[in-house]
Amino acid sequence: MSSTSLSRNDSRNFYILAALGVLVVFLGYLGMHSMEEHGHIVSGMNNKIVWGLPHVFAIFMIVAASGVLNIGSIGTVFGQTPYKIRTPLAGIIAIGLLSGGLAVLMLDLGRPDRMIVAATHFNPTSVFAWNIFLYSGFFGLAVLYLWTSMEKRFYGFSKPVGFAMFAWRVLLTSATGLIFAFLVARQAYASALLPPMFIVLSFAWGLAVFLLVQAAMFAWNNKIIDAAILNRMKNLLGLFVIISLYLVAAYHMTNLYFAKQTGFELFILRDGGIYPMLFWGGYILLGSLIPVALVYTPGLGGSKSVVVASALVLIGSFALLYVFIIGGQAYPLSIFPGYEASSSFGDGQIGKYVPSLPEFLLGSGGLAIAYLITLIGTRVFNTMPQDATAETAKNSH
Amino acid sequence: MNDVKLDPQTNLDRRDFLTKSSVGLAGLAIAPGMMLFDLAHGKAPGEPASNKVRWGMLIDNNQCETGCNDCVTACNTENGLSGGTKATDSQWIRKVQLKDMQTERISSLPMMCQHCEEPPCVDVCPTQASFKRADGIVLVDKHICIGCRYCMMACPYQARSFVHEVLTDQKTEVPRGKGTVESCTLCVHRVDKGETTACAEACSKAGHNAILFGDLNDPESAISKRIRTVASTQIRADLGLNTGVRYEGI
Repeated sequence: MSSTSLSRNDSRNFYILAALGVLVVFLGYLGMHSMEEHGHIVSGMNNKIVWGLPHVFAIFMIVAASGVLNIGSIGTVFGQTPYKIRTPLAGIIAIGLLSGGLAVLMLDLGRPDRMIVAATHFNPTSVFAWNIFLYSGFFGLAVLYLWTSMEKRFYGFSKPVGFAMFAWRVLLTSATGLIFAFLVARQAYASALLPPMFIVLSFAWGLAVFLLVQAAMFAWNNKIIDAAILNRMKNLLGLFVIISLYLVAAYHMTNLYFAKQTGFELFILRDGGIYPMLFWGGYILLGSLIPVALVYTPGLGGSKSVVVASALVLIGSFALLYVFIIGGQAYPLSIFPGYEASSSFGDGQIGKYVPSLPEFLLGSGGLAIAYLITLIGTRVFNTMPQDATAETAKNSH
Repeated sequence: MNDVKLDPQTNLDRRDFLTKSSVGLAGLAIAPGMMLFDLAHGKAPGEPASNKVRWGMLIDNNQCETGCNDCVTACNTENGLSGGTKATDSQWIRKVQLKDMQTERISSLPMMCQHCEEPPCVDVCPTQASFKRADGIVLVDKHICIGCRYCMMACPYQARSFVHEVLTDQKTEVPRGKGTVESCTLCVHRVDKGETTACAEACSKAGHNAILFGDLNDPESAISKRIRTVASTQIRADLGLNTGVRYEGI
């Protein structure tokens, strides 16, 4: 095959992939439009489960966005060359994920047409309002970070910008955890463990997304990633998954220890039907134990194992967020401790929630936005990690 | 005939006396009206709410009859709510049946926004749409609520509803809107006219008198006097929110 026809095929494939992304974004628009026109009645959400599937998608993307940038931080802040050359790719994926996550979060609002109000009316005590600054700052810094990492004239600035980016992303993920940690009356949420837990989860989820995109890029370009580098990255993924498990366990163990929280924990971990199933089967088994085994078992850990492990970590992330966000709301609020309560408004009852198609489409549309930005970004900018070149350059010094 | 010499000083005193007495008389004429207005706690249109007042309610659980739903019906009628009880329908007030798990005593009480002094919904609202009026009433500004539902997540009393559907036939005094959050307004439109809340009125009409509405800051108000003499509690008092709605008998 001549190089021209290869490039023609390459171009055709790019447009097919882009068209697929646009199609899913359009389906997401239809989902949003349906919710906008008819109200949230077309969603599965109600007065008890007020945040549903769109929030699972959105929070996944926002947490993973800051996690992906961690790749850049390891390079810039901690001076690791294989990670440094991956900074541009990490930056583009992060911008894509944050865009997708924010799009879902905004379009799920009851009044998305009033987004401007969020900018004109600011409540300093609201962590949501802080997040408006943190998200826009993240975008600005990520663009600057990309610029200083890709433009030779500005390489000198890449380190300070990288430090700022690292600090910013730690703040941003903490604030995502704080959205829940500040909910004083909710058994599932009011815990100071949540910000660090979200930070560690972001490391694992971001790296998993990165490894998948990287594998796709290497396959697209018919290249094979350096085994030593892949080995380092997959070991890091295993480590992040194990630390995540530790923090998730600490969060549940502290809850189990407090008698007033035992009912909630038994619901999430044993009696709650779909929630324990997703927690143990989805997050613990599929999303943590199998990936760790794939990564660390001698003889495994090759590029295919890493792809499967990364994909499983992402499946586990959705399972965990579903349990955390929806299961956390489904368990009744403890309004009358010591009493058995019942009412027409669901007091004392487990909240029911069945996700609807418009919600799923909206969430998928957000993922498609992240995918499209990554696809186009990697096409327009030279983000392919050049390990061999970096190695040669290093050796020649 | 001798001219009467007017002492300029006397003249001035007389004028001063006349001025002062006219002001005094005018004051006497207006005062009863002002006093009545003040007693009724009405508020002139455009007059801002005063922090000298803190509106609240005392709910007597012993007087609240299990099975009676009059307060809920009155609230729905007053505020133009559908009265539906689907999980997506708005319920500003609800009757909660309680069973003491130790003693098995059964009781019921009305539950609504507790109009906290430190409302978590106001703290978390990104746009300040959730706000507390100077007189303690917690409200949602329907014009700047973006429908994020964070306040519903933060409310310890599950007191807020989200408008899931398009609304028709709304009451002009009670603005509501699809895609925004709402809750008990403590019948602010009635209170500003010096009236009591619809739920308290309905409860009295039914002869239960379980809901006592009034000014918690006025030591002479019926609610303040009662709170001083009987044991009352705040729901989830452990959260330290200092609710404006208190309960006795639980």
